[in-house]
Amino acid sequence: MALANLWRKVTRPGWEAWHSPGLPILEVSGVSMRYDGVVALEDVSFTVEAGERIAIVGPNGAGKSTLLKIIAGVLTPTAGSVRIYGHGPRGHLCIAYIPQRNQVDWNFPLTVADVVMMGRVGKMGLFRHPGPRDWEIVRRALEEVGIAELADRPIRALSGGQQQRMFLARALAQEAELLLMDEPFTGLDLPAQQGILEILERLRRQGVTVLLTTHDLDQAASYFDRVLLLNRRPIAFGPPEEVFTPQALQAAYGGHLRLIRVGDELIAVGDTCCEGGGGGG
Amino acid sequence: MGEILGLLLDPLRYAFMVRGLIAAVVAGGLCALVGTYVVLRGMAFFGDALAHSILPGLALGYLLSGGSRAHLFWWGLGTALLAALVIGALSRGGRLKEDTAIGILFAGAMALGVVLISTSRSYAVDLTHLLFGDVLGVGEGDLIRLAIFAALVVALIFFFYKEFLVVSFDPVLAVTLRLPAAFFDHLLRVLIAVTVVVALQTVGVALMVAMLVTPAATAYLMTRRLPAMMALAVLLAVLSAVVGLYASYYAGVASGAAIVLTATALFLIVRLAHNGRGASG
Repeated sequence: MALANLWRKVTRPGWEAWHSPGLPILEVSGVSMRYDGVVALEDVSFTVEAGERIAIVGPNGAGKSTLLKIIAGVLTPTAGSVRIYGHGPRGHLCIAYIPQRNQVDWNFPLTVADVVMMGRVGKMGLFRHPGPRDWEIVRRALEEVGIAELADRPIRALSGGQQQRMFLARALAQEAELLLMDEPFTGLDLPAQQGILEILERLRRQGVTVLLTTHDLDQAASYFDRVLLLNRRPIAFGPPEEVFTPQALQAAYGGHLRLIRVGDELIAVGDTCCEGGGGGG
Repeated sequence: MGEILGLLLDPLRYAFMVRGLIAAVVAGGLCALVGTYVVLRGMAFFGDALAHSILPGLALGYLLSGGSRAHLFWWGLGTALLAALVIGALSRGGRLKEDTAIGILFAGAMALGVVLISTSRSYAVDLTHLLFGDVLGVGEGDLIRLAIFAALVVALIFFFYKEFLVVSFDPVLAVTLRLPAAFFDHLLRVLIAVTVVVALQTVGVALMVAMLVTPAATAYLMTRRLPAMMALAVLLAVLSAVVGLYASYYAGVASGAAIVLTATALFLIVRLAHNGRGASG
């Protein structure tokens, strides 16, 4: 990490200016998004400290993916602002965005190592081709996520869990500090999900901040520091035990959530979302 | 043995055959290289429309300059660059789907070209040359222009290899890596436009899209990495050019069409062999 910082200082004079120390890694304030008069997001505000793990939950069409893309700087909100360490997202190389798996062309003629190497492109600069140091970083990133042996495998031969690990390795190669993942668990079996969660735990120890969207409320409650319950507007934001109240869930999901009563407790069994099916919220 | 050598060497007694062969090989190889991006990004219709959109420019140049080859080239290049940028602008925003907008533009341009050419006395001959190519009419000046522009396009694809790859495979990653994605999208369209113009004399406007997509598609079926796909596509295009041109010499058929038919036959063979092998690749 020290080496990476030195490298940044050498190659990007003024880089320090982008990361004001003491400010939160992510500050979303008053973000709204409208497409053709349709409201996708309305007045979303929250703050994330470095190293936190945040789950964004909510029904289909709640604006979860839109929010991630705004944070990544891919979409520009119609109102409000996103600050990464106090500055707008477009100046930052420290954000990694992992797309939904069904939005990737898996027939592209690439190997796993080729895709992970793409994370280095921003650091390499124009006219440079990957050198031994870049390949070494790619190899270590693949080892870190436990798929070193798949380096030369074409990407179309990967399972769902391996696809997610490959993108996590790419984020590592990118030296990302803020990791945004859109529905990483959708369509994965339980062992694969567990594998991803273990990697996220390791990333947290390295100080990487993770924001992801999920449909699995139980997972959001068990593995994440804070949860953002979203249905175009933010319904609740905080530790899972404070967010998952019957009132808040009812407000977010309406009739689309199965709630069962066990003794005195109300348990949400899962939202009735269809898996996959493109786009999502 | 001597007989076969005789058959191969016989056409080369004619300078126009040698020039035609060089032009077909260089133009075919260039088209195939650029064509890998056309195939991977699903831009076949764009390439087809672009080639047809050049017709009115060529016709205008023809009428104004009295049929000088050098003038015609620059008219074609100007029109192609304009068409590439207009189509690029059409593809973003607007309520019509991109392919509809392109369809309107290219059929209209084509009709304008035919109307313009029909005012000239040698209407049928000239139109045929523009539509189906005139590789045996290639002059030394044409060859020099072809070589210079081919070198330029190859150099840009080499220097911006990783940027074009990221922009093509994962546009969102391009944004989070802070690459100028729109610039590279435009540059790629411009490179396709230049390629189409310099290759126009070999197969003409109507068959151009085959030079762009057929060898690249064949290579796509046979390889699993982009550099290999590029190399193989170029090889297949060169083979098609040579075989097609000899076939046209001995069978007395149109040269551009013979080259395209050879490339198509190669594609069908590979496609069938691929089916036979099962869905392994």
